[in-house]
Amino acid sequence: MTAAQYSLCLGGIVRREALRWLNQRGRFVSALVRPLVWLVIFAAGFHFVLGVSIIPPYETYIPYEVYIAPGLVAMIQLFNGMQSSLSMVYDREMGSMKTLMVSPFPRWFLLLAKLLAGVAVSVVQAYIFLAIAWFWDITPPPTGYLAVLPALVLSGLMLGALGLVLSSFIKQLENFAGVMNFVIFPMFFTSSALYPLWRVKDANLTLYYICEINPFTHATELIRFALYDRFEPMAALVVLGYLLVFLALAVIGYDPGRGLMARRVAAE
Amino acid sequence: MLDQPAGVTEAAAPLSVAGLSHGFGTRRVLQGVDFTVARGAFCVLLGLNGAGKTTLFALITRLYHSRSGRIAVFGRDIRAEPAAALARMGVVFQQSTLDLDLTVAENLFYHASLHGLSRAAAAPRIAAELARVGLGERRGERVRQLSGGQRRRVELARALVHEPALLLLDEPTVGLDIESRQFLLEHVRHLCRERGLGVLWATHLIDEAAADAEIIVLHRGAVLAHGPREAVLAQTGESTLKAAFDRLVAAPGASG
Repeated sequence: MTAAQYSLCLGGIVRREALRWLNQRGRFVSALVRPLVWLVIFAAGFHFVLGVSIIPPYETYIPYEVYIAPGLVAMIQLFNGMQSSLSMVYDREMGSMKTLMVSPFPRWFLLLAKLLAGVAVSVVQAYIFLAIAWFWDITPPPTGYLAVLPALVLSGLMLGALGLVLSSFIKQLENFAGVMNFVIFPMFFTSSALYPLWRVKDANLTLYYICEINPFTHATELIRFALYDRFEPMAALVVLGYLLVFLALAVIGYDPGRGLMARRVAAE
Repeated sequence: MLDQPAGVTEAAAPLSVAGLSHGFGTRRVLQGVDFTVARGAFCVLLGLNGAGKTTLFALITRLYHSRSGRIAVFGRDIRAEPAAALARMGVVFQQSTLDLDLTVAENLFYHASLHGLSRAAAAPRIAAELARVGLGERRGERVRQLSGGQRRRVELARALVHEPALLLLDEPTVGLDIESRQFLLEHVRHLCRERGLGVLWATHLIDEAAADAEIIVLHRGAVLAHGPREAVLAQTGESTLKAAFDRLVAAPGASG
């Protein structure tokens, strides 16, 4: 296989993901409505309850909506990562995984291409959300919209890789409700998405430590700082570290010499 | 597109399986399976449900590795040279693997890209394969709008886009009406004759084994008979394949 063929393969996988996203209008709309509901309803409700003091990267007092917007962007990516990775292995859709795996390209490359395709979709979704959020006075500096792109790619890859790992190792996650209950909500709530960590630290130290090791916290912070033209090296390193770990685990999980595919196909 | 030293691949059989064993936990699903699919051969893998056909397909398509034994495609070991082996293989899985919300053509283009083909290179092949299964007109429609039989034909066309020399079909006619079944069977047998494709066709329907077919009888993970239809009949002393099959699977040694 030549480099040109590798790029053709990657292009085909990204194209398919984009077409699926455009064609499944339900998925498109719900992916957009979910964070907007949080922004418009939840944040409005808590607007007067929670005051947010001045913490970096913000330079003034900010309304609660502004605080949770980056976390909602990360939530879009979390949902997307889970959906694109896990949808492959759900009952009827197991087939699309097989189609991918019988390609003559190396398996690590196919998994990475699949991951990049999911990230491409999630980045577009994140920008659509940010565009709508602008009308709710979530107005980061114009350069922030550009600076956030690499952050979105990195966090999208990490969360997508987590989805791949879960899809390969955890057999019980057979439906999306299970993923919502045991992955998405716990990760979202034990992070800095809804409240600053100093507040969590005041309330409960154990919870604070959980938030600190939660990869979703660091994805959120990476996006938050980037959106305001700031680079947060700690968050970037942690997200990168988790990405490498999840990628390695995914490649192991999908290795033909090991568990996943054998268990899946045997269960059919 | 791949290095193919003459002689290495061309002299070898499209598919050879030797001493293949596999199991899940303590349950043994395949034990010492040996057979070959020759060039131009229409090879029918006969077995009841649970005989191990799907596991065998998963191993040949490298979804996972066997515990022991060897699988080679045109002499290329599936473990040692997976890319070379997979590139020459076309597969129709038992369950449909099409994207229902994508058009027929987009499904095929996706497959072509998974084999490193550009859209320009794939377009004429896709047009030709779809025309051959009588779906040239439907290329712009979503797969969801097609009937079960038509979807199967799309899957067959898709499996041929990268011009494989070995075609694997796992129970391709399940759930199809008689007409669709007949069409599929005829089309694949035609491919064997015209293009010299080696075909492995797994089924539990004995009447899908035509007079000129090679027969492999798989029962409880073991090959009980392998050869031309006449040879299998002679081996069992029966006059019909149905009777021969029943005798083979009822034999005391077959309960393994």
